[in-house]
Amino acid sequence: MKTIYKRPESFTDAVTSYCGGCGHGIVNKLMAELLDEMGLREKTILVWPIGCSVYADKYFKADAICALHGRAPALATGIKRSLPDRFVLVYQGDGDMVSEGMSEIMHAAVRGENFSVVFINNAIYGMTGGQMAPTTLWGQTTSTSPYGREKSSSGYPVNMAEIMAQMPGVCYSERVTVNSPQRIAATKKALKKAFSYQFEEKGLSFVEVLSPCPTGWSQKPVKALEWLEQKMIPIFPLGVFKDMKEGEGK
Amino acid sequence: MGEKVFMQGNAAMAESAIRADCKFFFGYPITPSSEVPEYYARAAKERPEENIVFVQGETEVAVFNMIAGTAATGKRVMTATSGPGFSLGQEAMSFMSAAGLPAVVVEVMRSGPADGEILAAQGDYFQAVKGGGHGDYRVLVLAPYSIQEMCELMQECFDLAEKYRNPVILLTDSLLAKMREAVELPGRKTSRVDQRDWTLTGCAGREHHVLTTCGDGAAQWEAFNLNLQEKYAKIKANEVRWQSYQVEDADIVLVAYGSMARVAEGAMKMAREEGLKVGLIRPISLWPFPEKAFQGLAGKKFLVTELSAGQMVEDVKLSVDRKEDVRFFGRLGGVVPSPKDILAEIRKLEVK
Repeated sequence: MKTIYKRPESFTDAVTSYCGGCGHGIVNKLMAELLDEMGLREKTILVWPIGCSVYADKYFKADAICALHGRAPALATGIKRSLPDRFVLVYQGDGDMVSEGMSEIMHAAVRGENFSVVFINNAIYGMTGGQMAPTTLWGQTTSTSPYGREKSSSGYPVNMAEIMAQMPGVCYSERVTVNSPQRIAATKKALKKAFSYQFEEKGLSFVEVLSPCPTGWSQKPVKALEWLEQKMIPIFPLGVFKDMKEGEGK
Repeated sequence: MGEKVFMQGNAAMAESAIRADCKFFFGYPITPSSEVPEYYARAAKERPEENIVFVQGETEVAVFNMIAGTAATGKRVMTATSGPGFSLGQEAMSFMSAAGLPAVVVEVMRSGPADGEILAAQGDYFQAVKGGGHGDYRVLVLAPYSIQEMCELMQECFDLAEKYRNPVILLTDSLLAKMREAVELPGRKTSRVDQRDWTLTGCAGREHHVLTTCGDGAAQWEAFNLNLQEKYAKIKANEVRWQSYQVEDADIVLVAYGSMARVAEGAMKMAREEGLKVGLIRPISLWPFPEKAFQGLAGKKFLVTELSAGQMVEDVKLSVDRKEDVRFFGRLGGVVPSPKDILAEIRKLEVK
């Protein structure tokens, strides 16, 4: 019998704590596949955030540390400066990165830290129960914007991939999503590129993934994919915003 | 014999740390500790053969997480800061304590609260000794009283940090850190602890290692906490350090640490010249606190002197037989009393 599909070697057999229809599991699997395919597992140090992926260290057969809320890029700086030839991968959500840890991610970019960052943008705080994030859309109801996010009191959604593209220390910045099989394949391509750039020592490589959160959004999983398409992508357009190797992005 | 040099406290600490094989320094400038990062920044450029890595972080919040990161890879690492910066680092102090990360922090106390003054003070005793961050954790705290001792304890901090997989604080103040003294620099030392069974280096040829401080239910997290407490009990049993001076025949025992111990020592000598029976207990480890130093001293009076409104005095009261025997004298705001000022306090207490 021929094996046509199996669990990536870099995965443990732990059951994830992600909800049905969540994007984290898809992205975690792509990461595990790439650690296998690129032969990175044994030289990898994963830096996990506080958020729904807080237990992701249980899913990977790779060295890992779970950072304090928002501090993953600072922790990763200490790791990568100590072990410049290892593969250091930072994983953060929108509350973790854009709110609590905006300073740490910006200054990792300012210094041009030579590690890769996967940013999961689901426009909400998932783990803590669906509160407003800096990436929450105008009018989007959350438990701390019960009548919808208002510009007058809460300002504007933050476009991280575009901001990171402006930073000279960032070599690659792309926004992708996982709401269809084609886009999942494109996400894998973007992650692969970001990972490989780390070995060319060009600076920080950044991939933002728009990710559905049916539980936080109070939507059925299929409806969440549609909402992401119709509401999120117009505010957070997909595409390559910077690619130092293949010329600037759009 | 090593070389004898005339050196500032901050610079001497930095050189001693480098000689203890601490090749990683992450820092943020803050008076009165800035000469430590400055020393490392120069050394990183001027001594390329030593492979020193210096990074100036954006905030102390980031810096304390950076040292956590390097400590997680098994390399010796430290930062140096003062009160306001140390406050920002407390979240990571709690994290490093829980994750078992052996980083070293130099805290050069200045006078608080808030922005305060950059002059000598000891008002961060509670923050350092009792744990300024969240949760039930403990951090070893060593307090030198001369630049010579500063150099020796600086090196010892790294050994202790690795021995117990715990952060260690070298607690000093503006007066000692900025002062210059003749010092015999300590020799080269390296780690004697094999940390390969837990550090993050990539899992080639072994099972993968995970460092997490996220609990997994009450039972698991209580067990985790009890493990920490067991470690703290070991530290308490093994790592107490202090010096006693002429305590045996003393009627009055001064208690002071750090720069204040030097003033107290001067006061003790002046008192002895007058025929007053005065001794001195100088705690060197502030946590674990040298409770043993106070055993068998019933009947004596204690005068605790600090550059604070009275912080260590609480630990002294917990260590003596009768807390009514403990008196306190302190100055605030960066004012350092003279030995004469303390002598005047001794006279007030003098046993009639």
